[in-house]
Amino acid sequence: MNSLHLSGTSPVHRLSPEAKVVAVLLFTVVVVLTPREEFAAFAGYAVLLAVVAAVARVPAGWLLKRTTIELPFVLLAVLLPFFGHGARVDWLGLSLSVEGLYGAWNIFAKGTLGVLASLLLAATTTARDLIHGLDRLRCPTVITQIMTFMLRYVDVLIDDARRMRIARLSRGYDPRFLWQVKAFAVGVGALFLRSYERGERVYLAMLSRGYAGRLPSPAAGPAAAREWAFSSALPVAAAGIAVAAAVLA
Amino acid sequence: MDDVQAMHIANGIINGPVSAIFMVIAVAGLAVCVWRAKIDLDDRLAPMAGLVAAFIFAVQMLNFGVLPGVSGHLLGGTLAVILVGPWVGALCVATVLIVQCLIFSDGGLTALGLNITNMALIGAAAAYVLVALLLRVLPRTTAGLGATALIASVIGVVLASMGFVAEYALGGTTELSLGGIAATLAGVHTLIGIGEGLIAATTVVTVAKVRPDLVYALRAFRKPTYAKAGSAA
Repeated sequence: MNSLHLSGTSPVHRLSPEAKVVAVLLFTVVVVLTPREEFAAFAGYAVLLAVVAAVARVPAGWLLKRTTIELPFVLLAVLLPFFGHGARVDWLGLSLSVEGLYGAWNIFAKGTLGVLASLLLAATTTARDLIHGLDRLRCPTVITQIMTFMLRYVDVLIDDARRMRIARLSRGYDPRFLWQVKAFAVGVGALFLRSYERGERVYLAMLSRGYAGRLPSPAAGPAAAREWAFSSALPVAAAGIAVAAAVLA
Repeated sequence: MDDVQAMHIANGIINGPVSAIFMVIAVAGLAVCVWRAKIDLDDRLAPMAGLVAAFIFAVQMLNFGVLPGVSGHLLGGTLAVILVGPWVGALCVATVLIVQCLIFSDGGLTALGLNITNMALIGAAAAYVLVALLLRVLPRTTAGLGATALIASVIGVVLASMGFVAEYALGGTTELSLGGIAATLAGVHTLIGIGEGLIAATTVVTVAKVRPDLVYALRAFRKPTYAKAGSAA
């Protein structure tokens, strides 16, 4: 599974996951609530994220490559200036809608900042730590339980799919392009059952070793006040920028 | 997969207040699901729920082209409802969305309420109603179950995409015509729904043939003694 985690030992990596989740959530809320005309504020948010990335030692290229996940929404944004209503401006011989340009900027800026913030969270936090963080944030056990099994079973599924593919290939199967779909469709039910039975054995093994719906917590306890203070720097600074921009405007 | 085409709503598409309202709706809906799921979740369903979530997660990574330039992935609501029931099923889909948002940065954090409302709550609710109806009407065979999965998938997926249209009508930040969006989304999601339905149907039919005890939707038709025999095995 190609998780987005980048292992490291930076101060951001060592922060408690629950503090990071809350910080990113608050930061995103501030970004979404900022009026779209406050261009300086968005530049300020970008600088804040750059500082976090530098402290966390996450390379800029790594981040930028992965922001492509929001491409479909950027495509939607690109269309807006052409099809928007209202006043129009001429630019390079194209007639663009002012409202559409603002709309496009709004989607692009808020979408990109949000993706970058989540990428930084994902890069500095392992999936297991995130589940512990959600558990400490009082997320219902049913959800963390499903999440734990899900992340555990994704590897089981992928490995089983790989074994089945190798088995097909070694029996003279020669998949090309679209015809692979047929084998996938025929095999998908079998894949599910095989993975379930493997997963069931894992689950029963866990139960017989004392699993009661919650994985043992790592050595580190819940986030200390110092960690909450450190991680709150991001949303507090963002809120400061938003208020400053509103006052100056 | 670097060329992933996200189909989840990103931050900033829907304005703040509407996002907040749907976050409240999503949390309330999930709270009901958590409450009801605790009754359902036994030793057999717990690993099944995890596997269903992992399965949905894995097939959501497989993006298939529906139209030139547009790719879609599966939502998985119907599959989850048939295999683990509506409450746990909605939680499975919601869990996938939360993980994709937090660990894979797919879908905005403030749009999580919107995405959960559309794909987990609307998707699972529509699938549940359809499955409950169709299983009464169609023959109680594996073919009937497969047809149920296919039909419920197509309709459930289109209804979930209409959830976005409703949210966009309430709090869209841009001025695209609603009719155009609704028509485009309905068209794209009908195609996605057919792909999803075929995968859901083949999976459910295989499971129903080999391990009918694992299919939640078939529990209503099971004799009580069978359940005892199954748990003893």
